Amino acid sequence: MTEITEVPSPFCGIGTDDLSIQVDGATLKVIANGCAVNTPAFEQAIADATPRIAGQAVSLEAATTKAAELLRGTNQPVISGCATDVNGMRALLALADKSGAVVDNLNFNNARRNLLALQDSGWMNTTLAELKNRCDLLLVVGTDLEAFAPRFFEKYLWNEESMFLDNTANREIIYLGKAPSGNASTSPTGQNANVLPCADADLPDVTAVLSALVKGHLLHAQSVAGIAIADLQAIADKLKAADYGVILWGAAAMAFDQAELTVQTLCNIVKDLNQSGTRCSGFPLGGKEGDQTANQVCGWTTGYPARVNFARGYPEYDPYLNDTQALINNGEADALVWVQAFNSGALPPKADLPTIVIGRSGMKFEKEPDVFIPVGTPGIDHSGHAYRLDNVVAIRLKKLRDSGLPSTAAVLTAIEQAL
Amino acid sequence: MALLIKLAGGHIYDPTQNRQGEPGDLFIRDGLITSAPGTDAKFDQVYDLSGHIVMAGAVDIHTHIAGGNVNTARLLLPEQHRNHVARRLRTALDRATLPGSIDTDGEPVDHPFSNAKWSTTDTGYRYARMGYTTVVEPAMLPINALDVHLQMADIPILDTAALAILGNDDLLLRLMRAKASQSQINDYVAWTLHATRALGLKVINAGGANAFKSNARHFALDDIVPDYGVSSRQILQTLQTAVCQLGVPHPVHVHCNNLGIPGNVDTIVATMEAAQGLPMHLAHVQFYAYGNEGAKGFSSAAAQLLEAFNRHPNITMDVGQVLFGQTVTISGDVIAQYSRHADASPGKWVMWDAECEGSGGVVPYRYREASFVNTLQWAIGLELFLLAEAPERLFFTTDHPNGAPFTAYPELIRLLMDADYRQAYMARLNQEALAMTLLPNLKREFTLTEIATMTRSAAANLLGLHDRGHLAPGAIADIAVYDPQGCGVSIQMPDPFANRAKPDYRAMFADAALVFKNGRLMVRDGEVIARPAGHAQTIQPALDQRIERDIQNHFDRFYSLKLNNFKIEDVDISRDDHQRFQRVGLL
Repeated sequence: MTEITEVPSPFCGIGTDDLSIQVDGATLKVIANGCAVNTPAFEQAIADATPRIAGQAVSLEAATTKAAELLRGTNQPVISGCATDVNGMRALLALADKSGAVVDNLNFNNARRNLLALQDSGWMNTTLAELKNRCDLLLVVGTDLEAFAPRFFEKYLWNEESMFLDNTANREIIYLGKAPSGNASTSPTGQNANVLPCADADLPDVTAVLSALVKGHLLHAQSVAGIAIADLQAIADKLKAADYGVILWGAAAMAFDQAELTVQTLCNIVKDLNQSGTRCSGFPLGGKEGDQTANQVCGWTTGYPARVNFARGYPEYDPYLNDTQALINNGEADALVWVQAFNSGALPPKADLPTIVIGRSGMKFEKEPDVFIPVGTPGIDHSGHAYRLDNVVAIRLKKLRDSGLPSTAAVLTAIEQAL
Repeated sequence: MALLIKLAGGHIYDPTQNRQGEPGDLFIRDGLITSAPGTDAKFDQVYDLSGHIVMAGAVDIHTHIAGGNVNTARLLLPEQHRNHVARRLRTALDRATLPGSIDTDGEPVDHPFSNAKWSTTDTGYRYARMGYTTVVEPAMLPINALDVHLQMADIPILDTAALAILGNDDLLLRLMRAKASQSQINDYVAWTLHATRALGLKVINAGGANAFKSNARHFALDDIVPDYGVSSRQILQTLQTAVCQLGVPHPVHVHCNNLGIPGNVDTIVATMEAAQGLPMHLAHVQFYAYGNEGAKGFSSAAAQLLEAFNRHPNITMDVGQVLFGQTVTISGDVIAQYSRHADASPGKWVMWDAECEGSGGVVPYRYREASFVNTLQWAIGLELFLLAEAPERLFFTTDHPNGAPFTAYPELIRLLMDADYRQAYMARLNQEALAMTLLPNLKREFTLTEIATMTRSAAANLLGLHDRGHLAPGAIADIAVYDPQGCGVSIQMPDPFANRAKPDYRAMFADAALVFKNGRLMVRDGEVIARPAGHAQTIQPALDQRIERDIQNHFDRFYSLKLNNFKIEDVDISRDDHQRFQRVGLL
């Protein structure tokens, strides 16, 4: 039995790298700094380790050969999921290039809300260490931050020391929209977050009002979506008075139509505040299950985020047309490759198509895929690299045990070679 | 793979050996240039290069090719590369009908991603086609180093290197505030160069990005960083001293304060004075050769800058030439980038604060021929080239992509080598701006030897890469061969000067006839025929390991990750780090 310290997690997106994990053969136990997201993801036992063709156990070589056979001669294969590490994405893109496939990350419809805002007007954002050391006012919009990353407050807000704040407990936390599910946002001295709740669907109106107030416009209305204008005015005033305000949002939680416009409104509030002579930064959540990794690697390999089509022999980006579900619904896809090395509960979309699953051991299918190849999880079964939610930092994932499970990269490369 | 190769009868330009175009032979053995092997030698391959120009592979000392800002710019601007794709050779059928996809060893070459504009593959291919074999990313934040190396590992063919950025990081500023000794600073610099696998040190508007986080919007050489009580000048001099004392071959690589501001020639001259006679490289100086005279308060100060340059033999500079068209500016100088966000074209931009180490900004921009400001910038860059007396201290860059994408280099070479072409080009530009410069009266034309000095011998020397940039026996066989008649696709462009004896240098340098990397043929007639992985060049100065306790302490208290996780490892999908990284000698 061994204990491995300073283990980085690819699961929570915020680059937590202080876990201690006890390794007993193939069994892992998080013994320090776990959380509701990371602990079960690390501790999940290995289930199946043998590839299958139509439910029958086969060798890895037979499975990759069969996968190549299924892809050969297809007109529009779709490689979806894309939940893996940097090398997994490199191999995935090479396979997509060779087979003329669509590459589509499973969280793209969430990330699209941010990407459309970025590609239309841009933003001013910050990163975790700056937040940890400088943020004196955090405005959380439309997301339950501690459900996303349970240790976010402990690690980045209620840290003992910071370089630019005398007392981190004096940071002010304001929630707009969703209320927090627990009390992680309560300061060490007992100060509760200020919560201004509203329905998700009302966020466009509420953020539009906040934007108008930051710009100094006068409003005749007294309230919006149940929130008093005076309360929003107080937020605007606090943002202007902050030394280093941060507006945080989670695109995944904004499940309403045209949420990209709300993201854009938030980005523009940040820009307006900077233009009016104070500092303020945005902070979009993300980075779960390799989504940031997929967009980064696809970015330098093709020039575009991870929703591209190689059918014409070169990458074409389209944030709507290359949606896996749309391609399946429209009958445009003729084969599906599902890559999900992190989460055995994330199954491929239902489709009546030749289906190859490169998945974390333990996937339980309603309908057995034509080929299933269980792979190791980056950061558990093999080392690798993953991008944190704030992009600038790639973390080095550790190998914790010898499971014998192949990496995503090895399997996808074998399929590509067999093509 | 061929063991002994002869390149016969080419006009060899190698300033290191004072070869200025006399026809001669070159020999390659096992990837290195070797001396003449004797009359009974059997050659595995012989290339008849009569009538061709032969130079060492070119070296770009300053080009933003990898890292957080670069990838953000990619994702910000999908429309910029959407229209620049072409069907690549993908199927077996294509290979059979198009012989270009077979390399010299008879192996088929697959070209994944080679037509994805501005991808890592495209970067390697386009540089290689022009005869470049080594490129340096000049702005690597330490925290972003793994990202930079992951991206650089995916650039085929070229050797790469990166300069680590210090000068806005809170750890350095805290050390300076606490009156740390110079030797402690030296250890911190050395540790950073090791940890990030860098080739040298970059300083960007020292203290400015840190001050921006405390709401400063201007930051000059003698401004004080809030909370720290140290000036930009002090930071710069402390880091310069560290680089000198550590014996790092490449001088501290400096992006000065006040970039792009009229009248900033005073800033760059003051920075030269601040260098105290010690080596210092000043980057993309075109953006600092600005006066504030004339009706528009914006004028050329190229002559004033060069006068100071001539007085300071310890200073090297690269130009950062502006060329017309769409590009995107990317920089760690967030103060400069933020100050011109309103000029973004198309109208979108990104700023970000980076992990207590720096900041960055991405602002798309189109340089327009009709614009007074842009014409003046273009002319100032050319004035700097044409008026400079010392091509061995002045380097050829566009600060890719800030002044222009590197793919515009052949155009810039033609502007420098062909006064008729330059004169004709000026007719299209803003005449009011041109009238304020000396350019219309400058008749100088660069020689091939001067081009080879700026882009080969002096560039490699400046970086401490003594195994390249020249063609003497022992050098790695990175060789570019150009056809004065042109080859590849570039010669199909219409050219009003076609009837003169002078070659179309743009066509010549756009598509090399042959490019060898480590003795292996990579490019033939402007087409890439092989794509091996390159190496990353690094420097490893000695240090007192005790500095790691201070760094550990800083990480534990303030950082977002563990020091042990701040390492560069396993960046290449198919090769070990010891194959990927090559170590360069100290002074």
